[in-house]
Amino acid sequence: MKMIRDVIRDTIDEEMARDDSVIMLGEDIVGGMGSPGGPEAIGGIWGTSGGLWAKYGSDRVIDTPISESAIIGAAAGASLTGKRAIAEIMFADFIGVCMDQIWNQVAKFRYMFGGKTKCPIVIRMPYGAGYNAAPQHSQSIHAMVTAMPGLKVVMPSTAADTKGLLAQAIRDDDPVIFLEHKALYGVKGEVPDGDYLIPFGHARQVTQGDDVTILATGMMVGFAEKAAAQLAQDGIGCDLLDLRTTSPLDEEAILDSVERTGRLLIVDESPPRCSFATDLSALVAQKAFSSLRAPIEMITGPHSPVPFARELETAYLPSPEKIVAAAVKAMSYRRG
Amino acid sequence: MQLSREALLQAYRQMKTIRMFEDRLHDEIALGEIAGFTHLYAGQEACAVGVCEHLDAQDFIISTHRGHGHCIAKGCDVVDMMKEIYGSSEGLCKGKSGSMHIADVTRGMLGANGIVGAGAPIAVGAGITAKGTGNVSIAFSGDGACNQGTTFEAMNMAVVLKLPVIFVFENNHYSEHTGESYAVGAESMTVRAAAFGMKAIKANGIDFFSVYEGMREVIDYCKAGNGPASIELDTERFFGHFEGDPQRYRGKGELDRLREERDCLKVFRTKVTEAKLLEGADLDRLDDEVTALIDRAVAESKTATRPTADHVLEDVYISY
Ligand SMILES: Cc1ncc(C[n+]2csc(CCOP(=O)(O)OP(=O)(O)O)c2C)c(N)n1
Ligand SMILES: [Mg+2]
Repeated sequence: MKMIRDVIRDTIDEEMARDDSVIMLGEDIVGGMGSPGGPEAIGGIWGTSGGLWAKYGSDRVIDTPISESAIIGAAAGASLTGKRAIAEIMFADFIGVCMDQIWNQVAKFRYMFGGKTKCPIVIRMPYGAGYNAAPQHSQSIHAMVTAMPGLKVVMPSTAADTKGLLAQAIRDDDPVIFLEHKALYGVKGEVPDGDYLIPFGHARQVTQGDDVTILATGMMVGFAEKAAAQLAQDGIGCDLLDLRTTSPLDEEAILDSVERTGRLLIVDESPPRCSFATDLSALVAQKAFSSLRAPIEMITGPHSPVPFARELETAYLPSPEKIVAAAVKAMSYRRG
Repeated sequence: MQLSREALLQAYRQMKTIRMFEDRLHDEIALGEIAGFTHLYAGQEACAVGVCEHLDAQDFIISTHRGHGHCIAKGCDVVDMMKEIYGSSEGLCKGKSGSMHIADVTRGMLGANGIVGAGAPIAVGAGITAKGTGNVSIAFSGDGACNQGTTFEAMNMAVVLKLPVIFVFENNHYSEHTGESYAVGAESMTVRAAAFGMKAIKANGIDFFSVYEGMREVIDYCKAGNGPASIELDTERFFGHFEGDPQRYRGKGELDRLREERDCLKVFRTKVTEAKLLEGADLDRLDDEVTALIDRAVAESKTATRPTADHVLEDVYISY
């Protein structure tokens, strides 16, 4: 059993050992550079890079000034010219500072350059609410990056998936946005030894059932699992899919499930407009319309920033109770 | 320049209020009563107060993630600030902001800010508003924030537009866990600011009088229509980067030494009593006054109204 934060560090370690071209950049990833305590006094504020600098040195584990644009730009340039860069943006919210490098540069190189180049960059971003970290340190940004052609987007929810998907991301020849939910860093799970890769675009079946399909990612998977357990006691069977990657998307698994259950719940930790939830709804409305036996239910945050106060953040977030209520509503729907 | 007795007492009252506010938060956070990330300003009081004692409500400041000191120095209500940090709907920002985004625009306080480097460009905009009015706009930044491209852009634009903006760099020698000597490539922030074409000076950030004098100089310069200026303040932070930080990047005995030798409140007390400008008893009286204020702020915060779910959609102007 290993904590997800340790899985991240160990997977990067394994990939750096395996391939000399893998480098890492980010703020405070060594932690303590230029301080009396010295390098690795801390080892990254999330504990996801401890020991890597000691092992691989300053040329491969690059602690940077607070300069998100230059971090992503530098990672992009290195990845265009032979390296495989793993860039860390300390909080996903800071994507705003480096958006051009991600959106206009990294995401477009391969296409704009006529397919003659690759940019094997991984941008790791801790995201999500649950820490009362207020509007600028709590957001889920997957909808925004999923909407950008030229990026692959990964959102693991378990320790094993974190390993398989991160190794895959580092070996992938295209840009990958790797989203790590802050509230899951301390979660433990079994992790396969040795080389372990999970191909992108394959959902994980968490629970099986014939009544309701539930789609979730990241921290929402655990919430949905709790809801599914309770619903099972009430005789409602949930087909819960952890989508694992939002781009590529496992459309087949989603459609197969909805065709069986006829009811769809989408659990998403971000505001509801132009979101991942609306995207999934559109997919099902277009391609599985005739299977639907009830309106699609979206359990999302409201159309607001993530508020600070405990009560407000709790109200903002989806919860197992809200998922159960939505399932009951879908089950009781009768065509008028 | 000689400060009046009232001005000296006010400066001390402000610095002491910040210190006690932060010390008390440190204790309350340890009790688990306060949610979220809190970055304490203790140790840097002479900076905020030395700057803001020159300002009135029509001058603008913008702050950082370490914003409590700037807010207090600019006149934000201390009780309402505390309530905000406790997440009450009676808080200065109704429990939406917490520690990291406290603002009171009516007092010219344009917000603490969770995005490092976001403040300086906004201060440029406030400088556009201030231009020609005799007021100034101040951007507080740290030694870490000075490395953001946004800060560079803001400095250049302020020079180009000849705006009354003052870039205050509080050099507490760390950005999170990283030493300033590692992350700041230039010899100093002052050298860098000067290279943008503005007046750039340094002052001693643990000495209120040094900060106050330095600020007088750059404010006069700005108000004379010369465009922006910068001041770098050598200072210290007494707590961790955020509450809960184990501070393993510090040297052995570093914090004890700083608190002993580089405490701006001690420096102030020694200076004013030795020069016989104030009596120790004057300062003790203020200590009691401030203690009572902070006690009241905490007591009221603990029983203040809590927000409810329907507040989430308030102030987004479009709800669904
Ligand atoms: C854009 C952005 N990048 C990184 C961070 C994380 N962060 C918060 S404070 C901080 C260090 C800031 O250092 P400095 O400017 O010296 O201010 P100090 O903390 O010393 O007051 C960092 C890296 C952030 N909040 N925003
Ligand atoms: Mg600093």
